[in-house]
Amino acid sequence: MLNFVVRRLLAILPVLLAVSLLTFLIASLLPGDLAFVILGDQATPENVAALRRDMGLDQPLWWRYLSWLGHVLQGDLGRSFRTGQTVLQAVAERIPVSLQLMLMAEFIGLLIGVPVAIACAARAGGAFDRFMTGSAFAMLSMPSFLMAILLIYLFAVELHWLPATGYVPFTEEPLANLRFFVLPALTLALAEWPGIMRVLRSDMIATLQEDYIALAKAKGLKPSRILFVHALKPSSLTLVTVTGINIGRLLGGTLIVESIFALPGIGRLLVGAIYTRDLVILQGVVLLVACGFVIVNFIVDMLYAVLDPRIRHGHA
Amino acid sequence: MPLLTIEDVAVELPTPRGNLRAVDHVDLSLEAGRTLGIVGESGCGKTMLSRAVLQLLPRKAKLTGRVMFDGQDLVRLDRESLRQLRGRDLAVVFQDPMTSLNPVLTIGTQLMETIQEHLELDASAAKARSIELLAAVGIPAPEQRLAQYPHQCSGGMRQRIAIAIALSCEPKLLIADEPTTALDVTIQAQILDLLAREQQRRHMAMIIITHDLGVVAGRADEVAVMYAGRVVERAPTPALFKRMHMPYTEALLAAIPKLEITPHTPLPAISGRPPDPTRPLQGCSFAPRCRYATGHCREAKPGLKGAERPDHLYACFHPIRMAEGIGA
Amino acid sequence: MATLELSMQDEAVSAPVRRGRKLGLLFWLASGWLAIILTLAILAPVLPLQNPVDMDMLERRAAFSTEHWLGTDGLGRDELARLIFGARVSLTVGLIAPMIGLVFGGALGLLAGYFRGRFETLVVGSMDVLLAFPPLIFALAVTAYLGQSIPNLTLILGVLGIPAFMRVARAATLTLARREFVIAAEALGASHARILLRELLPNVILPLLAFFLLGVAVTIVVEGALSFLGLGVPPPMASWGSMIGEGRESLDVAPRLAFLPAAGLFLTVLAFNLVGDTLRALTDPRQGAL
Repeated sequence: MLNFVVRRLLAILPVLLAVSLLTFLIASLLPGDLAFVILGDQATPENVAALRRDMGLDQPLWWRYLSWLGHVLQGDLGRSFRTGQTVLQAVAERIPVSLQLMLMAEFIGLLIGVPVAIACAARAGGAFDRFMTGSAFAMLSMPSFLMAILLIYLFAVELHWLPATGYVPFTEEPLANLRFFVLPALTLALAEWPGIMRVLRSDMIATLQEDYIALAKAKGLKPSRILFVHALKPSSLTLVTVTGINIGRLLGGTLIVESIFALPGIGRLLVGAIYTRDLVILQGVVLLVACGFVIVNFIVDMLYAVLDPRIRHGHA
Repeated sequence: MPLLTIEDVAVELPTPRGNLRAVDHVDLSLEAGRTLGIVGESGCGKTMLSRAVLQLLPRKAKLTGRVMFDGQDLVRLDRESLRQLRGRDLAVVFQDPMTSLNPVLTIGTQLMETIQEHLELDASAAKARSIELLAAVGIPAPEQRLAQYPHQCSGGMRQRIAIAIALSCEPKLLIADEPTTALDVTIQAQILDLLAREQQRRHMAMIIITHDLGVVAGRADEVAVMYAGRVVERAPTPALFKRMHMPYTEALLAAIPKLEITPHTPLPAISGRPPDPTRPLQGCSFAPRCRYATGHCREAKPGLKGAERPDHLYACFHPIRMAEGIGA
Repeated sequence: MATLELSMQDEAVSAPVRRGRKLGLLFWLASGWLAIILTLAILAPVLPLQNPVDMDMLERRAAFSTEHWLGTDGLGRDELARLIFGARVSLTVGLIAPMIGLVFGGALGLLAGYFRGRFETLVVGSMDVLLAFPPLIFALAVTAYLGQSIPNLTLILGVLGIPAFMRVARAATLTLARREFVIAAEALGASHARILLRELLPNVILPLLAFFLLGVAVTIVVEGALSFLGLGVPPPMASWGSMIGEGRESLDVAPRLAFLPAAGLFLTVLAFNLVGDTLRALTDPRQGAL
């Protein structure tokens, strides 16, 4: 097991390094010189040259990358030249919001997707199965910003049940906080469940054909135990994969949803940085998000090992 | 009254090519504590017949007839009573131990869940019983095995575990569906002996399903030979081996490799293939492959009946008379 | 949701429920819708439409009328004209970007699947790096640096599609390279180029083209999302995404301004998904290999 972890860990190091290089290159090679952006109207050739020297922009590219990477490794991702906040401060402030949103979304998504998948697989080809498979397919074509508009229109504009935008920290007013999160989380969850449901359903249908399910029936076990223990547990591996893949989708989704519902999370930070051309924040957040994404995928890989004894014992 | 009576059981499976008659009006019975061997090549319907007894047919399959077990008709039994019967009175061992145990549950879980479902035992008593059962089927260090997963055991070991699961609630009837086919030759005899020993000890009835007449010889009290969904010959084992009447049974016996054969002689395989089960033949279904077949065989279906002994039944117009020598 | 994680759909649809060889009514309905939208988008400049960027401050959010069939938007621009010109933008980006993915991803995948070895490791590895960026975030970040324009947007979304196309092409090639006709060609001494172009490409191109349609659907969604945030096509140009974004402001007074382009976007994405998925099921090499 330890061996497995170390091997996987070594495999993601080059990926992380490449991610940092790509992030750096995007920010450095593409047009739009930082100095011009910062100086704005006051950009005279002399001012620009001076600022470039101050910021080290006149150094060769490889040198700038190495010194940037050196700072990053020491935890210094730079400081916004607009707010004066460091990237880490800005991110740390907003991470709880994005995490809460993603967790709630994934939770609701699983809450819808898993039971529907089980019910469909238990009676594959039946009326319920065909209806839900069709709905899931249609939902996959529904971008989350459309879903958000639809939900806002229904629950905020027409019914006045829930607020359309706003945020208070959970620690201050838990109930109000949850009310603000219902629509955004539901928006993401409604985009999540079809993927969860489709993958789990086809996996469960295959599992239910297995000999060990026939044996479980022959053992006289209760149908619920057969479905939830004997069939669902082998399929949970797939579920973890889907959930892992979903993190990437969710990250993209939070970006939009946070903007629409005015939640002060990472996504909104990023979009705001783009609107204000705050390139330091932008670069730092992209790097952190990409690295976080790689690490989440690594954790998903580890979860496999915990879930599947065959991998844990090196049989896979 | 016999423990199990199969009366006029037929199973039809819908396929894209039409209905497939997997089991074609079979009658069989089995007394408590006795062993019945069901023999036939793959696709003859023997496994479908066993699934019909267990009521574990595919959902689309159509079953007619009666399966009387311990005074109840399993075909008409409600789902809940059936569930309580399975595993407790009616147990099964499947062919492939590699696929019949759940790969993500420990051996202990798979054993104890059956025990706790049917017997009123608490966790520690169920655990003690599991250890006892594993020891009984010849598994060394049973305590340690409980925490292990199926992939940590060899094939023979897994089949022993599957047998332990089947035996866990002292069933009245054990159905062993090709229990040794997937195993190494060296393990096969051990598993068969284990089954025979446990059957004696627990006084349960057993059905052994196999394609190998050699497996049932000396182990079954009675043998039923199946071909194309029908029972074509049925007799007490000694009587059958002394004098078989059905040409198909003879061909099955000839297909078993024997030690005394000189090397390089080709094995006498049964020529031809079983008939397409979606296109039933008008006459005897073995006729196209039978070397004794006549025009009559192709036109009419022989019924299953006994001639000289009431307990030796066969379905053939031209039965082999061993005493007279082979030949029509 | 906006995503380029197309590979997921691979496993998702392999349901054992038998998919009829017939294409079915839905397939034809979807194709019909796509044909209509495409025709309208292509013919937009010659159709008797009003100028989609002409504002009329006196006729803001006007209701349906003979002059403005679908009314006007918040700046008094003709909604129908904007819808049709919006389709033009969405479809241009949606069709061209996946072509970049198809060509580059397809070629890389084909070569990686055929030559294997170090080249394959390198290709798969660099795609993993690209996949490490959540697609929408990557697209946003690069647009921010490159500047908002349709060619930039198309290019970025195209590059983002490369890994997915690479995976499909590689998987198909890996399956095919083991088949008899390729082995036979190798045994007969055919050159690499000949095997790649004459034996493998014609067989890999079918699943790739089916996947292309799914890629179009995803690209339209991502383009919509970016434009919705105001970071896609530059205003005042209309795109379905930006129209929905603008319509959001007036959900309470004129919900149709958001829902008309939303319906167009949803139906078009759904149609591409339906057609693409049907063709994908038909051209899946894994089924053909059996």
